[in-house]
Amino acid sequence: MMKILVHGKINGIVQKSNDPINFLGTVDKKTGIISDKNHDLFKKSIANTILVFPSGIGSSVGAYTIYSIKSNDSAPLAMVCKKADLTVATGCALANIPVLIISENEFDSLKNGMKVKINTESNIPLSIYE
Amino acid sequence: MQLTRDEESALKGEQGEIMQMAYRILVATGEATDADKLISIEWAHLSGVNYNTIGDAGEEFLSSISKDARVKVKTTLNPMGFDIDNVSNYNLDKNFVLKQLSIKNSYEAIGVTPSFSCIPYEIFNIPKKNTQVAFAESNAAIHANSYDNLKTNKESAFSALASAITGKSPYSSLRKDDSPNLSIRMKINDPTELTYGMLGFFAGKMGDTSVNISGLEEMDKRQCKAMCGGMGTSGTCAKFLFDKDEPGIEKIDFDEKEVQNVYDELNTAEKGDIITLGSPQLGLDEISDLANKLKGRSFKKRCMVFTPRTVKEQARKIGYTNELERAGCEILSDCCTCLTPLINKDSVDVVTTNSIKGAFYLKNSNGVDINLKSLSRIIEEETG
Repeated sequence: MMKILVHGKINGIVQKSNDPINFLGTVDKKTGIISDKNHDLFKKSIANTILVFPSGIGSSVGAYTIYSIKSNDSAPLAMVCKKADLTVATGCALANIPVLIISENEFDSLKNGMKVKINTESNIPLSIYE
Repeated sequence: MQLTRDEESALKGEQGEIMQMAYRILVATGEATDADKLISIEWAHLSGVNYNTIGDAGEEFLSSISKDARVKVKTTLNPMGFDIDNVSNYNLDKNFVLKQLSIKNSYEAIGVTPSFSCIPYEIFNIPKKNTQVAFAESNAAIHANSYDNLKTNKESAFSALASAITGKSPYSSLRKDDSPNLSIRMKINDPTELTYGMLGFFAGKMGDTSVNISGLEEMDKRQCKAMCGGMGTSGTCAKFLFDKDEPGIEKIDFDEKEVQNVYDELNTAEKGDIITLGSPQLGLDEISDLANKLKGRSFKKRCMVFTPRTVKEQARKIGYTNELERAGCEILSDCCTCLTPLINKDSVDVVTTNSIKGAFYLKNSNGVDINLKSLSRIIEEETG
């Protein structure tokens, strides 16, 4: 299963989390660093990564946080989730960050550090190239 | 999603950056909610107005789009943080006022009617049956779907803004015919608006996108609004149906035990320092009723009354505001109890209110304790 919420074309390196992300409360708007100490990306920055995580959670106002990190050049290059949620969908639409929804199996096959290519106009919107 | 040629062209950026962003939001929302197309809407109602909810990021975003974005359909909006006529009485910090005024200016620049009200269904004419609208305020979306024969999804601030700019919305969930999979049987006798607020709160927790309620008596406007406010607070549900219990769907009773559960969840104190009336804001009927109830009586403590500016002006002409002010009410327009910056826990410990929605946000966002009471008990116990 593959759904495209926001279109785009970009290459980058996977930063994977198995925890959902609450953008409103736990992502620093300037640096893109996760501040929730219970999160598996605690103290890590999501900037300039292909961010792979289950879904966004929390207030839909978190969409403005996604817009902010993009304005501060600290946003992910793309987001890849298992479940579509409106915070990630609208936030990435505002900020023009590509978003893909993938299946459980595809999610499991993506590992930290993998180099992936996203091209929503092609037949294979997400591919691992190294 | 199937897009028309015109929609495709906008999404590609051929109609400018703002249109492109607006269509990106609609397509992302539509794909996320399994819509197969966009449809035209006639009225958008925006949330994301109070600086307390959208913060600096929201203020900056609105300011950046206000130069080029223009609304395409009738667009109204939610309350902001204060009433400019009396904000100086509330010791609000300067930064808040400046940022809030910037947000106000941005919305006005893009052509939004400055209604600053969470009850658009009460202060504007209701379009004809089955008209598609896009209401981001949850109580207004529920009211529109349940009482006004309009159709809206439970929109986000962003999808409603995109709908205002494009005149389109994803054709998903509640815009189509909906049959609820749950019916709640109202089992409480002589309910007040507080009971209806709790019923809505309970229904919102149990229901998915819509829920049936059976066993209701005739309700007044205050009670209907309380039920919509309660439901919008607790879940994703955005429509009541009022049919008889269909066989084959799950049924749950709303009885004394459930009332006690909601009460215990939200009521944290027995006595308030200040009273708030509103959330949703009071309409003219409620203001008139309140003025009547207060004849010859005065509040023994502060009582904040939230109402839309248009209602306040009508009420002034009729003489109600004089009566309310004489009884000690502070009448505030353009703002409401929810996420108000005018009440903070440095100066207020406990707020008495008859609003379940207000109670939820005061407790969780303002961090104050809550004393729940129906309006009739507030009048009986808090005035003399």
